[in-house]
Amino acid sequence: MGEPGTKEVLVLEDLEVSGRGRTGRKHILSILVENKPGVLARIAGLFARRGFNIDSLAVGPTDDESMSRITLTVDGAAHPIDQVTKQLHKLVHVIKIRDLEPGDTVARELALFKISCQDGDTRAQVTQYADIFRGKTVDVSKRSVTVEVTGTDDKIAAFEELVRPFGLIEMVRTGEIAVSRGRGTT
Amino acid sequence: MRAVDAIMECLKAEGVEHVFGIPGGANLPTYDALYDAGIRHVQCRHEQGAGHAAEGYAKASGRVGVALATSGPGATNLVTAIADAMMDSVPTVFLTGQVRTDLIGTDGFQEADISGITMPIVKHSILIQDPRDIPKAIHEAFHIASSGRPGPVLVDVPQDLSRADIPYEPVTKVHLPGYQPTTDGNAKQIRLAAKAMANARRPVIYGGGGVINAGAGQEFRDFSLSDNLPVTCTLMGLGSFPADHVQWLGMPGMHGTRTANYAMDEADLIVAIGARFDDRVTGKLSEFAPRAKFIHIDVDPAEISKNVPAHIPIVGDAKSILPKLTAEYRALAADPARLEGWWQRLHGWQEKYPLRYDDSEDSEIKPQYMVEAMFEATGGQAIVTSDVGQHQMWAAQYYGFTRPRQWINSGGLGTMGFGLPSAMGAKVACPDQDVVCIAGDGSLIMNVQEFATCVDGQIPVKVFLMNNGYLGMVRQWQELFWDKRYSSVKMGSSPDWVKLAEAFGATGMLVSDKSELKDAFRSALAEEGPVLVDVRVTKEENCYPMIPAGQAARDMVG
Repeated sequence: MGEPGTKEVLVLEDLEVSGRGRTGRKHILSILVENKPGVLARIAGLFARRGFNIDSLAVGPTDDESMSRITLTVDGAAHPIDQVTKQLHKLVHVIKIRDLEPGDTVARELALFKISCQDGDTRAQVTQYADIFRGKTVDVSKRSVTVEVTGTDDKIAAFEELVRPFGLIEMVRTGEIAVSRGRGTT
Repeated sequence: MRAVDAIMECLKAEGVEHVFGIPGGANLPTYDALYDAGIRHVQCRHEQGAGHAAEGYAKASGRVGVALATSGPGATNLVTAIADAMMDSVPTVFLTGQVRTDLIGTDGFQEADISGITMPIVKHSILIQDPRDIPKAIHEAFHIASSGRPGPVLVDVPQDLSRADIPYEPVTKVHLPGYQPTTDGNAKQIRLAAKAMANARRPVIYGGGGVINAGAGQEFRDFSLSDNLPVTCTLMGLGSFPADHVQWLGMPGMHGTRTANYAMDEADLIVAIGARFDDRVTGKLSEFAPRAKFIHIDVDPAEISKNVPAHIPIVGDAKSILPKLTAEYRALAADPARLEGWWQRLHGWQEKYPLRYDDSEDSEIKPQYMVEAMFEATGGQAIVTSDVGQHQMWAAQYYGFTRPRQWINSGGLGTMGFGLPSAMGAKVACPDQDVVCIAGDGSLIMNVQEFATCVDGQIPVKVFLMNNGYLGMVRQWQELFWDKRYSSVKMGSSPDWVKLAEAFGATGMLVSDKSELKDAFRSALAEEGPVLVDVRVTKEENCYPMIPAGQAARDMVG
């Protein structure tokens, strides 16, 4: 199609728009930011005023104390991801943004489930499920048990579905964090 | 050295000669340092005026405009100007005082979280927490405001920190790892763009405010003239291409020319340069330029494919990219004859649909005539600032701008009351040029206090007031789309503008007879001080042509 530098004729009809619009899947954005006051407010504010929804958000320090890492998940079916990342890039304190490829990424989330347990049978069943999910029982009382589960959001959703019938008192999730696979930095 | 004295050193190192502002409690130390810093301070009468003056200064000169305000209400009064500067990408630095650090967060006297309030409307903001960071912050602010896509930067300095004694060393380098604007443009994309142009049969060059911001007026002209390419420029880009040139189609958009709008509608290739496909240009987005492919050159990557999909995006500065694109295009030696059919069509529209109005046969002054008279009296050479409304659109249509930075108005935010203070700023920046503000009677009164600044500061701006006794554009919409239910749009006969001008110590003139208009303008321009000419124009004239909101170019009326 009329490659630059060649004599090949460029036909305007052949020009196509690329890299735009909605992708229809969940995106995990890993954002490296300068550890400056207000940086989270700027990012959250940008999402709010551009009408983008944040599905989950996790913030923490990195190996470099002047930097923080924000891991953010966005629904690519609802928002044009390239607009989201381009707008984020405009923030002066944002150093780097990576839209992590799902197949090339290890993503984990931690969730705490507080489950109603009126009798020993229920407790045994809940702890058994927790074992299968490689979760941990982190608190027990006469009428409840609290389980910690880590994994992908699918796994956490599956566990939630299992324990809900027992009476889910509450669930708290951290939001996903992620790193890219292999030797390279995220 | 006191931190505030360091601020003055930084401002001078940035080449700042003029600042606009008002002192107050929290920025008393700054004003003490300003007292003998050798920087001219224009003492405005309202912080919004100071903010727009800084914008006018920046737009007229291309340099960074600076406005100062105290904490709380001083700072919040700047908000409209900051938002305006953001929307129109105006390089500006706003330096606000903040309450003492021990009072921050306690609802202290004159406390407002101005960095929080302005977060969505600044390019960047810095709240000083350590006085030793102040010099670095000031230089970062100027760097961010003026580079890449320009915009407003706020620096908020708590009062106690501004009095701190700090070691001052001149800062020569700004290092911002997260801020590295792309300027050069991808060579491969530029070549591809040239090829697309060479193969286009119905191309349109569409320039915006980015051309002027980049200082690329000459490059834009050279590029457009490298072939017989039809050119249109947005409201913000007017002056980038001379309006008296045969390749000029007029402005596109809601009140643009039919030729420019129909050209976009039928174009097969639109070359957008520093323009952002605003809704006032595109009308109904889904029906905008349906046959066109788009080359989009912009320094802000987030503008590319935001509203309109770009087929050939080029991220970078127009000043750097256009000469390369021109050279690549010339090298292809495209046959100019391929554009003949296109020009026939364009000429057909130009002949059939010129900008026109029914002039009066008697002494009545038509608003369009008023703009033409302004053009004549100023020799078409004045810097023209404008408020927002019908008069703005008529000025854009009928004052043929021929050079960049000649037309200063509020395009994105559409801020009424912008005209007078921005004229003040422009006049301070360009004292040797005529600076005329075309004002509306609804707009002018919103920042009329700045007449005091003009008189007191000896800033001889000329305000030509298009007085129709209405909020004219709103009235036009009520007439056309709201069954003529004129709800709260009548301005009546108050105030007496001549007396008001005189009360400020300026010269006031009243003209209601067409035959006296040009002479009145000439004598206003000849006056030494600020002048207000109250021009009584036709009351219910509509601004045409017009694309009704949400409709397509094809649906133009009037």
